[in-house]
Amino acid sequence: MRIAVEQLTKRFGTVWANNRLTIEFAAGQIHGVLGENGAGKSTLMKVLSGYLRPDEGRILFDGKPCQLRGPGDALAAGVGMVHQEPLDIPAFTVLENLLCAAPPGVFRSWRAAQRALEELAERLGFAVDPAARLDQLTIGQRQQVEIMRLLLCGAQVLILDEPTTGITAAQTRALFTALRQIAAEGRTVLFVSHKLEEVAELCHTVTVLRNGEVVPPGQLVMPQPQEYLLTLMFGDAGTTPPVYRPLPSIDSPPVWELRQVTVRSGTLHLLDLNHRFAAGRIIGLAGLDGSGQQVLLRLLAGQLTPDRGQILVNGRDLSGAGAIAFREAGIEYLPADRLRDGLIGALSLAEHFALLQRTGVIVDRRTAEELARQAIAEYQIKATPLTPIAALSGGNQQRAMLALVPPTARGILAEQPTRGLDVASARAIWSRLQARRDAGCCIVFASPDLDEIMEYSDEVIVCFAGRIGPSIPRALLSAGRLAELIGGVGFEALVEAV
Amino acid sequence: MKRVAVLIQPLLALVAAFVLTTLALLSTGVSPLEAYRLIIFGAFSTPVRLSDMIMLAAPLLLCAVGLSITFTGGLYNLGVEGQMIIGAIAAMVPLRLWPDWPPLLLWLMAALSGAVGGALWALLIGVLRRYAGVSEIFAGLGMNFLAGGLALYMVLGPWRRQTSASLSGTDLLPRELWLPTIDRLRLAPAAPVIAVLALAIVWWALTQTRWGLEVRAVGLNPAASERLGIATARRMAETLAACGALAGIAGMLQVVAVHHALIPNISSGIGLLGLLVALLSRADPRWLLPIVVAFAAFTVGSIQLPLTLGIDSAIAGVLQGALVLFALATRARQ
Repeated sequence: MRIAVEQLTKRFGTVWANNRLTIEFAAGQIHGVLGENGAGKSTLMKVLSGYLRPDEGRILFDGKPCQLRGPGDALAAGVGMVHQEPLDIPAFTVLENLLCAAPPGVFRSWRAAQRALEELAERLGFAVDPAARLDQLTIGQRQQVEIMRLLLCGAQVLILDEPTTGITAAQTRALFTALRQIAAEGRTVLFVSHKLEEVAELCHTVTVLRNGEVVPPGQLVMPQPQEYLLTLMFGDAGTTPPVYRPLPSIDSPPVWELRQVTVRSGTLHLLDLNHRFAAGRIIGLAGLDGSGQQVLLRLLAGQLTPDRGQILVNGRDLSGAGAIAFREAGIEYLPADRLRDGLIGALSLAEHFALLQRTGVIVDRRTAEELARQAIAEYQIKATPLTPIAALSGGNQQRAMLALVPPTARGILAEQPTRGLDVASARAIWSRLQARRDAGCCIVFASPDLDEIMEYSDEVIVCFAGRIGPSIPRALLSAGRLAELIGGVGFEALVEAV
Repeated sequence: MKRVAVLIQPLLALVAAFVLTTLALLSTGVSPLEAYRLIIFGAFSTPVRLSDMIMLAAPLLLCAVGLSITFTGGLYNLGVEGQMIIGAIAAMVPLRLWPDWPPLLLWLMAALSGAVGGALWALLIGVLRRYAGVSEIFAGLGMNFLAGGLALYMVLGPWRRQTSASLSGTDLLPRELWLPTIDRLRLAPAAPVIAVLALAIVWWALTQTRWGLEVRAVGLNPAASERLGIATARRMAETLAACGALAGIAGMLQVVAVHHALIPNISSGIGLLGLLVALLSRADPRWLLPIVVAFAAFTVGSIQLPLTLGIDSAIAGVLQGALVLFALATRARQ
């Protein structure tokens, strides 16, 4: 089935996730969709598979306009999407999972369903036991089950969102073989990824999204030079000359030291981490969303307990001690979602300072308000001490969160510290963070913005597909090389060189 | 505009609740006006009824105050009924063991024992939630049944009447162990005093102390509270224990001030009625007392309905339930 969108627009608040997109995906081919985080890939795929409704524009299946009221509608029309995290019912067996969501009339009996499943698994080269419970299967196997479910329910277009994250190399090979077979049978496959090498290996065409638009308009036939695709994805970040700042040599022990740490979170499994995070440095974590940066940050904050290995904070072994012990050791974690995990929206800045008071039975309102007033002056927060945090703008919330970091902090972990901030606010936040760094703090931050990583880091750590690279001095890195590493180009060699 | 909404919404809920209750009354063929006169003003018509209302309001206020703590901490303690029952059973222990000790000492021991019993019973919910991943709602409901069964077992088993085991309860406590009671009115003045005192203390703790601020923070956003260094799990356990203790004292009052014995239905649904009060007041301590008085008055006033109008007293429950339901519905629209 041929699938196309015309002038498709989807907005979230003031963000244009998809801005008048016009693309067509031909049948019988595998189409790669590339783009950095926030480029609009996922939004487009969710619109095509009925999870989101477009604000403007049309969706055309085989040239006919189609209104999708939900994922069920989309599947009835022949479009199925395999999500990054499996959306199935873990307590069901493979067969039950297949039957429970099947449109009426697809399977006449359990026996028929089982036969159809076995026959399809044979054709695609998947080894799946119909009686196995889904929660006993690996992510890769569950993905295979989901692909077969969609095909058996009549999908003519298969959308896969980052399908190779969290699955083994052997499963990736099996998946690619199956996808080629599916395309050869005349179906359409949309392969959303940020791994350039996989797109190069698998796809017939590629579409690059950047800031909600297709660049250049229309599809590109593969193969394409890698550097060209990188420039399309990330812009001309590679051309700005690096700014040098000599790193002061510091004698104090590292703020964090990881010794052969292995940690697991969701589908990601970070193996054998050996890193030292020195005081007086800003260390940027680069990588596409979900490559391991968030796991590393949460590990350093004590929110995740390592399966193996040791975490030393200021030379003290805190493996498995919990977030409160880390906090008492001077570690502050600043989450990306400020109102969800960072601050309490209904409380004021003064009340936040009161929460940090550790002595006295009664709230010392006067002191808390005085501290809030000082913080407001020092951090130029647009608020009064008694304004609820939720009423502040994002930039002011971020400043408030920074102002609440006690002066004794030794390590600050910032997840996307300037997310959603305008340029002036971002710069203000960074000047505060730099002041903390110069006072001897170690600041580790993750950001999807390569320019931000290049501009503010003293050292850069690249995360790729659940693997954490070695720390590279910023002075030795060009933006072009960083973009390559994020896409996995040369990542292997870098890890082995250390 | 916002000001107006603040006034209109409760009014809307009030009107809707009365419309629904009126429809229910009309369907039975009685005059709604006459019924409302009894429900709303019946509790204030004679001194005895007024004191009945007060003796119902006291344990109700204790439960509602306790629940306003757990609500503030973000927990739905549906186990309050069971905590009240366990409090009543625990309060009976010293009274039965040493009946000839000085009454004042025994009352203090009964209150302490009831509070500790209720608190421990509530902490079990916290343990189930923390270590077994059971939602506090289901844990609480399940433990209510367990507590009810335990009360029945005590009444029919170890503490059965000397003459013969009876569902109507254990033997009455010796007269001198009853909380001082004005016989003519069936009023034990200490009960409402204790309840109002509890309200004052909890209001102070929640609004003025660091502990109260931390409980509010945990209730509003546990993730952020944890990040700011608050021991969230501990605060949650403390709110449960505090609520259980207050419910336990309510159970103790039922024993020494109202029934003067342990009866199987010692909690009489007061804990669940307290949940409605806490929902309606949004755990705001300033609203607890008026709502408690109104609900207690509805319940006591409606007792006369079967005698004078020949309809069941359950209509008070309809009115209370409808009020809460419509209040929640109008708030949800915000």
